[in-house]
Amino acid sequence: MLKYIGKRFISMMITIWVIVTLTFFLMHAIPGSPFNQERNTNDTVRKNLEAHYHLDENLFVQYGIYLKSLLQFDFGPSIKQSSTSVNELLSRGFPISFELGSVALLFSIVSGIALGIFAALRHNGVIDYGAMTLAVIGISVPNFIMATLLIQVVAVDLKLLPVATWASYKHMILPALALSMSPLAIIARLTRSSMLEVLTQDYIRTARAKGLSPFKIVVKHALRNALLPVITILGTLVAAVLTGSFVIEKIFAIPGMGQYFVSSINDRDYPVIMGTTVFYSTLLIFLLFLVDIAYGIIDPRIKLHKKEGE
Amino acid sequence: MNTILDVKDLHVSFKTYGGEVQAVRGVSFTVKKGETVAIVGESGCGKSVTAQSIMKLIPNPPGKITSGSILFKGRDLTKISEKEMRKIRGSDISMIFQDPMTSLNPTLTIGDQITEAILQHEPVVTKKEAQFRACEMLGEVGIANPKERLKQFPHQFSGGMRQRIMIAMALVCNPSILIADEPTTALDVTIQAQIIDLFKKIQRNTGVAIIMITHDLGVVAKLADRINVMYAGKVVESGTTSEIFYNPQHPYTKGLLNCVPRLDLERGQPLIPIPGSPPDLFAPPIGCAYSSRCEFAMEVCDAYQPGRTLVAEGHEVNCWLQDQRAKQVKFHLREKTYS
Repeated sequence: MLKYIGKRFISMMITIWVIVTLTFFLMHAIPGSPFNQERNTNDTVRKNLEAHYHLDENLFVQYGIYLKSLLQFDFGPSIKQSSTSVNELLSRGFPISFELGSVALLFSIVSGIALGIFAALRHNGVIDYGAMTLAVIGISVPNFIMATLLIQVVAVDLKLLPVATWASYKHMILPALALSMSPLAIIARLTRSSMLEVLTQDYIRTARAKGLSPFKIVVKHALRNALLPVITILGTLVAAVLTGSFVIEKIFAIPGMGQYFVSSINDRDYPVIMGTTVFYSTLLIFLLFLVDIAYGIIDPRIKLHKKEGE
Repeated sequence: MNTILDVKDLHVSFKTYGGEVQAVRGVSFTVKKGETVAIVGESGCGKSVTAQSIMKLIPNPPGKITSGSILFKGRDLTKISEKEMRKIRGSDISMIFQDPMTSLNPTLTIGDQITEAILQHEPVVTKKEAQFRACEMLGEVGIANPKERLKQFPHQFSGGMRQRIMIAMALVCNPSILIADEPTTALDVTIQAQIIDLFKKIQRNTGVAIIMITHDLGVVAKLADRINVMYAGKVVESGTTSEIFYNPQHPYTKGLLNCVPRLDLERGQPLIPIPGSPPDLFAPPIGCAYSSRCEFAMEVCDAYQPGRTLVAEGHEVNCWLQDQRAKQVKFHLREKTYS
């Protein structure tokens, strides 16, 4: 197991390095620079600024400098907000984004799986059709429409919850709900179809022949097998929730990481672009790694490591 | 010997979009304590549906027991609730299935899967005791190192071993009837022989009654006390194993026997297949279902169902050839005489 983790760690490092390299050169290939938009910079000032941020050096030298500071976990200073470093931006924005994202993800996983199971057990019944109609709506309505609808109905018309901003748990409900709709729908549909397939398997009949109760059969025998495909897509769903959160954060005026991600590209704020990209990709790669580990725990046939003599 | 299972005039149908399939059309047979009864027939003749109906495991909907009764120790299983039935499944009557590769849950250890039957039916038993019993049972069915093996998953066993595990799982609560639905079909021949021997050994040790469902007469020859030959949802001939093998009366039984390879005949003799295919059970024929494939078919066979004739003690057959007025036929069996 340790050997496997070690191997995976090395390949994760390589993946991150590739992402860093690609992002770095692509970013510099975009025309413009952080100081272009400011009209009143004269040449001397700009030259000084460029020298300060090493932008006057050869691109490969810049790349070397960046890699060196990255190895010390230093993402550099923000060019636009010159008093703060990228590390500070991340540590300010990420906890908020993380809270929103994990609440949304948790909600979509739990209720998506529950909805999928009930739909499968009442196959072709009212619950099934109802759940699947909801799922189709969840998948086809983009989250920014869902967000504005929720704000209009729940916050403005019914006045049940606050409209926007980030202050209390009440403020969290609407953005989390809007963010979780589409992953919830995907999980529900996938759980339903894989549950339907598993319920026709021979080992379910064996379990029934043992005299087990329907509850035990579903929870102990069916669910575990039915969840494998769901776990497979969890990694990509996390990515969907993360990117979805950029839009949602904007709509609800939540001071998370999404704002930096979008504005940094327009501003050509190179260290912030790099910082957010590296941070998010590392997070995603790590989550995919966790998914692989979870796989091996749920399905014993999937061996992550080889034992001696096998 | 006392009868523990008495199936009377069982009818099972499946509702489909195309209409109602009458899979089982009036099957009756009995099982006595500690004996082995075989149900033999080709694919689609209703033998598995009969077996699953006894356990009430047929998927409902679309399947339904439309009439008849299944008396188990005097209780009619067709009338009791699902909850009551669950208490019988796995403890009084248990079942093993055709494909051991898919019949075990791949994500649970076999120890888990064996002990859960004990824990379900005997709540007083502790987990440790259940494990001990599972361990003993695995040894009983011939699995070496049962203690370590309990912690392993199904994919770490071969097909034959998995079928042994299925047998252990079915027997761990000491049932009085074991239904084996084509238990050897998915296994290769040498393993088949071992599994058949295992059934015999287990029956000797525990006195469990076995209902053996198979299409292979070779399997039942060694094992069964009595044989029921099924065709198109009906039992067409039933009798002791020696009666069925040495004195078959129904042309279908004879046809099945001609399909079995034999070592005691001259080499090079071809097997004789039964021509044609079984009737469509959406609309079963009015007369004898076998008449369209039968070489001795008479006019009466198409028009009327044959009645039941007692040939010898415990040997009954449904065939018009038994009628006094029918022509006397000599079966062209693949050997000179059955003696």
